[in-house]
Order: sequence, then C-alpha cells, then structure tokens
Amino acid sequence: MILFRKIRFLDETAQSLLEGELLVRDGSIADFGTSLGVPDGAEIIEAEGAVLCPGLVDLRASLGEPGFEYRETIASAALAASAGGITTIAVLPDSKPALDDPALVRQIVLRGVETGSVTLLPYGAATRGCRGAELAEYGLLRDAGAIAFTDGTKNIASSRLMRRALAYASGFGLRIVQHAEDVELANGGAATEGARASWMGLPGIPAAAEAIAVARDIRLAALTGGAVHFAHITTAESLDLIRKAKDQGSKITCDTAPPYFDLNETAIGDYRTYLKLSPPLRGEEDRLAVLAALADGTIDAIASDHQPRDADDKRLPFADAAPGGAGLATLLGVTLAQVQSGHLSLAQALALLTSKPAAWLGLDAGKIAKGKPADLCLFHPDRSWRVTAGQLPGKAQNTPFDGRALEGVVLGTWKAGSRVFG
Amino acid sequence: MALKNAMIANSSHFPYTGWLWSKRILMTSFRHLLGIEGLNPVAVTSLLDLAESYVLLNRSGKTQRDLLRGRTLINLFFEDSTRTRTSFELAGKRLGADVINMSVSTSSVTKGETLLDTAATLNAMNCDLLVVRHNRSGAPALLAQKVDAAVINAGDGTHEHPTQALLDALTIRRNKGRISGLTIAICGDIAHSRVARSNILLLTMMGNFVRLVGPPTLIPPGIDAAGVTVHTDMEEGLKGADIVMALRLQKERMDGGLVPSAREFFAYYGLDRRKLGFAKPDALVMHPGPMNRGVEIDSDVADDAARSVIKEQVEMGVAVRMAVLDTLARGYN
Repeated sequence: MILFRKIRFLDETAQSLLEGELLVRDGSIADFGTSLGVPDGAEIIEAEGAVLCPGLVDLRASLGEPGFEYRETIASAALAASAGGITTIAVLPDSKPALDDPALVRQIVLRGVETGSVTLLPYGAATRGCRGAELAEYGLLRDAGAIAFTDGTKNIASSRLMRRALAYASGFGLRIVQHAEDVELANGGAATEGARASWMGLPGIPAAAEAIAVARDIRLAALTGGAVHFAHITTAESLDLIRKAKDQGSKITCDTAPPYFDLNETAIGDYRTYLKLSPPLRGEEDRLAVLAALADGTIDAIASDHQPRDADDKRLPFADAAPGGAGLATLLGVTLAQVQSGHLSLAQALALLTSKPAAWLGLDAGKIAKGKPADLCLFHPDRSWRVTAGQLPGKAQNTPFDGRALEGVVLGTWKAGSRVFG
Repeated sequence: MALKNAMIANSSHFPYTGWLWSKRILMTSFRHLLGIEGLNPVAVTSLLDLAESYVLLNRSGKTQRDLLRGRTLINLFFEDSTRTRTSFELAGKRLGADVINMSVSTSSVTKGETLLDTAATLNAMNCDLLVVRHNRSGAPALLAQKVDAAVINAGDGTHEHPTQALLDALTIRRNKGRISGLTIAICGDIAHSRVARSNILLLTMMGNFVRLVGPPTLIPPGIDAAGVTVHTDMEEGLKGADIVMALRLQKERMDGGLVPSAREFFAYYGLDRRKLGFAKPDALVMHPGPMNRGVEIDSDVADDAARSVIKEQVEMGVAVRMAVLDTLARGYN
C-alpha cells in the first residue's frame, strides 16, 4: 500500500491540476481525493509541488533485441524507460530477425514481463522479414500479442502490397503503421532538401516525400476500409492532409516524436551525426506546424521514436552515419518544455503521452481512475536537469538533445504499484 | 566617469590592438582550412597577396626551402586525384616540407572507423599538415576534430574545395586587376560541384555578381542567395559576363540520370564559341579540370590562348597552396 500525499494530479475529467492524495492498493489505484486519511501499514510518499501522472505509454521504440544487442538490450532500455517515467512500450518489429513469427512476438511480451518494470507490446512485421514483399501472418501474430503491423523504419513502398496489407489487417480489426516517406524520393538522402543541405553538400530528401506517401495511403485506406497510422509525422503538408482526412471521418491516426517539435534542421550544425534522424529534421515552419497539430488534436500521440545507435554507427561522415536518436529518457522532459513555453497545456501534453496512446492501443491504462493499474510517474515540473550524452540511463547515448536543459525531473516510477525507479 | 570605467573594463578583454589584434583573428581562425565559409575578405585578400609573392618566386626559379623545413605534410586522399595531389605535393616540397602521399581506396573503407583510425595513426606520426580529400561532405571536419595537425580540405563530397576557389580568385585578380564588382557565370553541374560552392561563397563575399547556369536537375535546391541568380538558359546567363567558368560533368550524371545524354548537354550547356559570344568580348574562360572536351567545353574555346586561362589556373594552384601551407604552419605554432 502506498499513499501519495501533497501531490498534484489530473483525474480523467479534470483540465487543471487537483491537489490531494492518492492511494495505491494491490497494484491498483484504490482511491484519490483531497484527504484520504492514512491506512495502517501504508508507505507514505510526500512530494510537495510534484505531479503524479499515469506511467507514459510510448507508441514507438526499437529496443535492440533481437539482433542489435550492441546498441541496446531490453534490460538497458527498461532502465532508460523507467528513468523517463515510461511504463508501456510498443516495440518495433524490424529487429534481426524481424518479428514476423508468433514465437518471436510472444518472446518480446515475455521479456517485458521479466523486466518487471515495463510492459512490452510488440508490433508484428507487416511483411515477412520487413522486406516489403509478402504479407506476414497477421492472424497468428495478433493471437501471439501483436498490437498492429508495420515494417518499422521502412516504408511499405509497393502500392499493391500496401493495399493488400490494409485490407487484410482490417479483417482482424488492426492497423497498419506506416513510416511515411516515398522511398524513391528519399533514396540516399541524409537531410531535408533545401538551402541548408545544398550548402553543406548533403544529399537531400524533399519534405514532399512525406506528404506523397501520406496522400497515397489515405487513399488506399479509403479504398480498402483499412486503418492506417502514420508514424513520426514531421511536415505541415502531411498534417494538412491528415487533418482533412480525419475531418472526413477516415480511419487515420498519427504520432510525432520530440525532435520534430523541439528541433529544426539548423541543429545539425557542423555535421553532428546525432542529429541525423529518419525522417530528417525539417525547417522551422514545419516544426511550428507540428506544434500546432499537437495542440489542435490532429496528432494523436507523442512517441519516443527511440532508435538506439552506438558510436560506430554514428562516428562517420554524415551521409554514412546511421539515422536515429535515443528518446526514452527525454520523452517527458522535451514534451514538458512545450508546456513551459506555452504551446501546450499540461493536460494536453500528458494526454499525448498517456491516455491518448493508451486508447490507441486499446489499453486499460493511461488514466488516473479508481481500479486502474497503478502504473505511475511522479515528476517535479519545475526542477531542471541537463541532457548529457554519455550520462543517460540505459545503453544508447545517441540523444539528439545533448546539452539541452530540461525542466521536469522524474522523481519516481511505479509499475503495478511497485517502485521501479527513484 | 562611469563610461570611462566601462571602457577600461572592456578594453581589458582585448589586450591586442591594431595590427596585432587583426593578425590574431587571422591566426586563430586559421587552425584549419575546411572551407571558404568561415573566412572573411581580409583573410582572403591576405592569402591572395601571399600567393602572389609565391607566383613571382616560382617564376624566378628560386626556392624557399627553409620555411617548412622539418615539417611533415601528409596528402591523405580517399578519392582519386592527380592534379590536386600533385599541386599540394609540389607546394609542400617548394617550401621544404617532408611530403608523404597516402592514398586510401574508398572501396576498402566500408566502415568509418578507418577514417578515425587513420586519424589516430597520423597523430602518432606527429604530422603537422594534413591535406584531405574525401568523397563524403564533412569528412575533413570530422578528421579535424580528432587530429592534432592542421587540416586542409582538398575537396569533400559535394561540400567545399577551398583551395580551388582561392586559386580561381587569384587567376581572376591577376587577369582583371580586381576581385570585386565582376559578373561571373558558373555553368553546368552546380549540384554535384564542391568547386561551385566554394567559388560562390568566395566570389559573393568579395562583392561579385554570381550567376549559376545549368539545367534545373543540376541546380541545387535553395542555392540562390544574396548576389546569386539562377539561369537555365546560357544566353541569359552569360550575357555581359566578365568570367565564364565551366564545371566538369561526371559520366554518371549523363546517360538519362540527370541529363538525357552528353550530346544534349553539350548542345544546350556546353561552352562553345557561339555561347561564349553572349559574354563580354574580353570575357575569360575558366575550368577547374579535368575537362570533358565536347561535353561541358569545346576544345576550340578551351585552347584559345586569348580567352582561356585554364593553364594559368593550374600554375596559380601551386602558389595558392604554398600560401595556405605557409599561413597554417605559422598560425599553428
């Protein structure tokens, strides 16, 4: 039994913070209110000024296993997640081997249970081996625990195959998650096409490569009745297409990741490869459009987009370096920065990290309500820390936010009522 | 009184005055030469003046073999090059440096640790000056973070080739008597040209009008900046130009990739006598070499001694590189 006192929290309906107490019993939220009284034997946690929120639900992360253990392992990713207040992670399937077999999907679920600190919900591969040629076994993968289907960091390029994937997945009531980038246009690119890439002599990827992929898949979703989710959306043009499709009632959802609303292409500076991401960082206008879409509800969730890389992947000339940034430990802080700067309300920011992704996954989590599992994150919104590559929790240190000061320190993380961090 | 105190307090941050102070700026900003970006007109002018003195020295047949005596210059080439490497080698030897050529075939460099391993090796050898050519933009900048030597970018990917821009500037200055207020047309494959980028930066910085002329598929997006205009028609682009610079079109860009064929490219963008006629009557023809005769330039124009300064560019290359090596070697110690 744990009694949180002198904390602030948002319950299911509240738009502003309530001050009070919250009681956890048998791994669930038993009660909350302004004053509960102290039950016998309860551990008391007092944290004046701190905010208690549901554990973060991360829609998109690669964890290195199986096949890339030199970058990250499930154990090290779990440490980073707990330090970042994350209690649920949807795991990308483009590992080695890819999660295209029910046994592999089950294995990831079990490895999550073993950590005791984070629930792992694997995506199934949309195509065998994520090779973009033949459909994977959606039914068997779903029954093994797959929550949706995607080829991870690869776009399903063939229109014919994407059409079939959407149609077939709709029979099982599951979504296809797409890395929205026209493969032909993006091929060989290292940065967003434009003046900056031109002067640096970097091969460019036009921002339109994203909108073209989005436009096609919106039409294919309409054609098939399937549901498509666009991962890490980064441009104003794509967001306009998605907004319009949503208004027309299409089964379209999307997420973005912190680098795309916190940084723009100028952050690359002098060929800093930690800033090489896929999709690449965009111009300032696109960054502002992403922020606006977070505020107006066009974007359904903020995901960490955690892509662990080691030094050998990154200490290369920019065009040769592997894209991707570590994101678990900074997900909350970089999102809260937008609350500090007035672009999002705290309720909006937390919903994008908790209740909205949980609802997308169909989970009974991400809310502060009686009887819900006590997956909780306690953070102090006004304390600050500095992101330092080399000193982050977990193995992956390739943060695009190296040197950034963030307000919002995680004081503790609880998984089903057990303290896993802090 | 308060104002006077403030001035005194302020001046304590700047103990160097006048000439000393400007020299200090020059020296500290010259740890490496990674690009024209980062140089200022004062630095460019002083490099060109120094190079000018080396032109005279080279022509007089005398040598200056004690300036870099005991210094080691390594030519580290990850990409094939004959003229640039030879030019640096000659420049180093004329100043008395020990010159070593290292050619690393890019095919064997599959993993980039090799680049940084190489850096560690060079540090162990106490190399003073490192001339680097690499097929990836930013590679010399990466090396510069890891080696003790002064790094000179001898061409990186499609980014910069600063010594080429300096030698072009020297050639222009010697022939036109100035390096400002000129109209300069750069023609052909701008998109893949590091020579073009360095030249645009240098020439606009010095106050010239730069025109880029080529098919839209070979113009880099967003390149137009202050002092630069983009043209897709040679007549429009060359009209009234003082200098016409043709760029090399690589074989792999032809054959339907970015232009349909070499003959079509030559028909519309190859520099021949007719198209040169659009420029000023005394306009000079330049080319960074090596030339694809009959593709981006016609032999008739390239070999016209009255108009073409292509051979002089090569001569200026040695002098400019001597000036760069001299400046860096002094600034570094």
